Amino acid sequence: MFVYSSISHYQSQLTQGHTTCVEAVEHYLRQIAATRHLNAYVAVYEAEALARAKELDTLRKEGKTTGRLHGVVIGVKDVISHEGHPLTAASGILQGFEAIYSATAIKKLLDEEAIIIGSLNCDEFAMGSTNEHTVYGPVLNADDESRVPGGSSGGSAVAVQAGLCMVSLGSDTGGSVRQPADFCGIVGFKPGYGRISRYGLIAYASSFDQIGIFSTNIPDTALLLEIMAGPDVADSTASRQQPDAYSKELDTPKTPYRIAYFPEALDHPSLDPEIRDAIYKRLESLKNEGHHVQPVNFDLMDYIVPSYYVLTTAEASSNLSRYDGVRYGHRTEKPVTDLVDFYKKTRSEGFGKEVKRRIMLGTFVLSAGYYDAYFTRAQKVRKLLTTKIELIFNDFDFIILPTAPTTAFRRGEKTEDPIAMYLADIYTVMANLAGIPAISLPLFRHNNGMRFGLQAMASRQNELSLLRFSHELLTNREN
Amino acid sequence: MMSHPEYEIVVGLEVHAQLLTNSKLFCGDSIAFGAAPNTNVSPVTLAHPGTLPVMNHRAIELAVRIGLACNCTIEQHNYFARKNYFYPDLPKGYQISQHTTPICGGGEVRISVSGEEKTIRLNRIHLEEDAGKSIHDANPDFTAVDLNRAGTPLVEIVSEPDIRSSDEAFAYLTVLRQWVRYLEVCDGNMEEGSLRCDANISVRKKGDTRLGTKVEVKNLNSIRNVKRAIDAEAVRLTAMLENGETIIQQTRGFDVNSGTTYAIRDKEDADDYRYFADPDLTPFVLETAEIDRIREALPALPEARILHYTQALGLTEYDAGVLTEERNFAEYFESVTQHTTYYKSAANWMLGPVKSWLNEPGRQLANFPLAPAKLAALLECVEKGQLSFSIASSRLFEKLLDQPDAEPLELARSLNLLQDSDASSLEPVIDAVLAKFPDKVEAYRKGKKGLLALFVGEVMKQSRGKADPRVTNELLLEKLKS
Repeated sequence: MFVYSSISHYQSQLTQGHTTCVEAVEHYLRQIAATRHLNAYVAVYEAEALARAKELDTLRKEGKTTGRLHGVVIGVKDVISHEGHPLTAASGILQGFEAIYSATAIKKLLDEEAIIIGSLNCDEFAMGSTNEHTVYGPVLNADDESRVPGGSSGGSAVAVQAGLCMVSLGSDTGGSVRQPADFCGIVGFKPGYGRISRYGLIAYASSFDQIGIFSTNIPDTALLLEIMAGPDVADSTASRQQPDAYSKELDTPKTPYRIAYFPEALDHPSLDPEIRDAIYKRLESLKNEGHHVQPVNFDLMDYIVPSYYVLTTAEASSNLSRYDGVRYGHRTEKPVTDLVDFYKKTRSEGFGKEVKRRIMLGTFVLSAGYYDAYFTRAQKVRKLLTTKIELIFNDFDFIILPTAPTTAFRRGEKTEDPIAMYLADIYTVMANLAGIPAISLPLFRHNNGMRFGLQAMASRQNELSLLRFSHELLTNREN
Repeated sequence: MMSHPEYEIVVGLEVHAQLLTNSKLFCGDSIAFGAAPNTNVSPVTLAHPGTLPVMNHRAIELAVRIGLACNCTIEQHNYFARKNYFYPDLPKGYQISQHTTPICGGGEVRISVSGEEKTIRLNRIHLEEDAGKSIHDANPDFTAVDLNRAGTPLVEIVSEPDIRSSDEAFAYLTVLRQWVRYLEVCDGNMEEGSLRCDANISVRKKGDTRLGTKVEVKNLNSIRNVKRAIDAEAVRLTAMLENGETIIQQTRGFDVNSGTTYAIRDKEDADDYRYFADPDLTPFVLETAEIDRIREALPALPEARILHYTQALGLTEYDAGVLTEERNFAEYFESVTQHTTYYKSAANWMLGPVKSWLNEPGRQLANFPLAPAKLAALLECVEKGQLSFSIASSRLFEKLLDQPDAEPLELARSLNLLQDSDASSLEPVIDAVLAKFPDKVEAYRKGKKGLLALFVGEVMKQSRGKADPRVTNELLLEKLKS
């Protein structure tokens, strides 16, 4: 029986001949087949993954392997372009679409001999917090199937949670990696904006989007980040700073960290008291371990979700204009009277309800007459927030927050109340507004049986220290 | 010309110039004209999911060049904006353009119409990408879309409404086209669409300070058609005002066959483009040093060259104007003047034999075989009396083009074309001519001095053009005196 614990353990098993890539792939294919009802995968590349596994096994036996991700089985959210494979953003408008080029991140993974086993369900165009807004039907939380896995990268979270791949990729625009990781009891990491090239990531909100990583441990996260990070000539918003050797520098001597928390966030009425208590308790124990833990006044709490939704929907309304039925994707088959009618029918048929809602919202906030009241003001809030966060990081190494105000929602609970769904993003959107790295660490279990996490954020470019800190927190949990 | 002199026409022009880059504004696709439809289309041009634009820095440099030439203020902190609208030849559903921070602000273009100087102020010059091409007549049931052009870098040069006649518009566009060619910013080819013009036209009573309601005539594809469209609109709009009609703000097209304009749409249903800064492109900062580097590398423009030619080289305004029409022609001329001080003669050679050679189809100055130094040597032979101009230009010039490495003087000698200024060899010819026309000699001696030209001409004829006219003259005068 194949058992996975970490990439380094798996690879030493391979080198020692205790397992093979084929065995690993066969294991995951069986697991995927056995959990079809979870609806995590929207496409499984069975033959391709097996063929690649066989090839890699041969190469390894010939001593010709060089890849740092040799044989690592990865699932990818259905918003990342992978040449020759379906790419649909879980949307009707991209049904039948196949990518004609690979995202920079995908190329880097494949160059390191990773095996991509399939593409993962998500909320349509990464818009949603429950993974119910998808043309493929909802994804179930493997810990409690009456609950959602979170979103938008729900499929990616469940794939790791339920052991359907070793690590997976998601995308995080306002918490879409961290919140489902929180709901599913795994590690969800969003690097700082621009750390991983966005080339090939379907844009939801360009100035917020970032590819993120789901895993069960920090060394796996660090290795994937190390491989995918770095400047890219195809993405001018990618950070020009060379990334650190994250995976090699995780273990460092313990030093006292300076940790900030926001009482306004922890005492917010929307926060589940049990989550609040768990976080406070953890802060207390950090203090007892010798770290400097301090409350910081943060008065922007009520402005960040509205600003986030104004800005992301504005960008989305423009980013999604390309899905017009002219060059690819769904095109209406109904008779049309003119060009405008063609667009209306094609897009009305192709997009789901939540996506249409956000396109209309975004179009509205950019419209003449409303622009300054919404878009310009939201930009100001973003600027204020970014400055405020920078100031905080002058004095602190990390900010600690909950990841979500509740544990995983019941299915259908938020579907009919979009505002309630949006407000549940209260703790995650901050990192995207400010472009800083953030991580959700599965440290707690609620009385209702669900696991939930703690969110830690670091300043821009400081992924390494965030991962070190996270590694420490998770290792301590295991002790 | 206004049919009603109490009205005046007010015109502002928007000129789109396709930049002479190798590739598109935001990806590596070629922008070569004439490729098979939809062949220069990468995933970026096709706006495939997940693609991103990356700035072509060459385009920035070209935009700065034209901006500096027009004396604009160069914006150092630039960002791109998205102009959102749906159209099948616009793959992303938005055009990447510049909105609140055009790369060049203000500026001016000086023109001259029938000897009168005038300055046309510019509002702005901004960078943007072109859309694809919708082809409506390829198929009766469909509109075909060619995306080769989509993403091609353009500058849009927007003038203030300072133009008051179609002649001024003509002059303005002629100067602008000449400048973009000089600066190698754009090839200026209006037929291929690399230079296009939209004209904003209104009329008002003279003395009125408020602008009339404007119409915009789109996509004018030659300077002549801009002039025709303005004239047509002047007549139409004036007639409307005279008839008490209200002019509505409109976008109009121009029918090149009938020379009239037609309504495309009213501006009332104009789109809201929902501009915002493109988050896929980081703002770019133009350092002062970079702007200075571009400024220093700018070639001299016609105006400066004309001044130099007339003041330092003593040429006429007219010759200087013709010499500077094209940059490479002017530069060739200037190279010639590095090798000789007979500037006037150099100008004559450029405007005469060299221009005639260029007038043959398919010829370009780049393929002109003769080095400037050789042309200088050739014209010096004439100036020094070694060769007559007519022989030099009609016979030696051609031979020299075939043997561009030969020394003009040597070649002339070997071809026996050198001028005869030797009195001993000229005298017998002169004697023979005078003997041939005894009555004319008689008449000359009686005062018909004008007959000298006839004798000179006859001597030239007899010597097959090689007689030195100066020496011939002297000898003739001598002989006729006696």
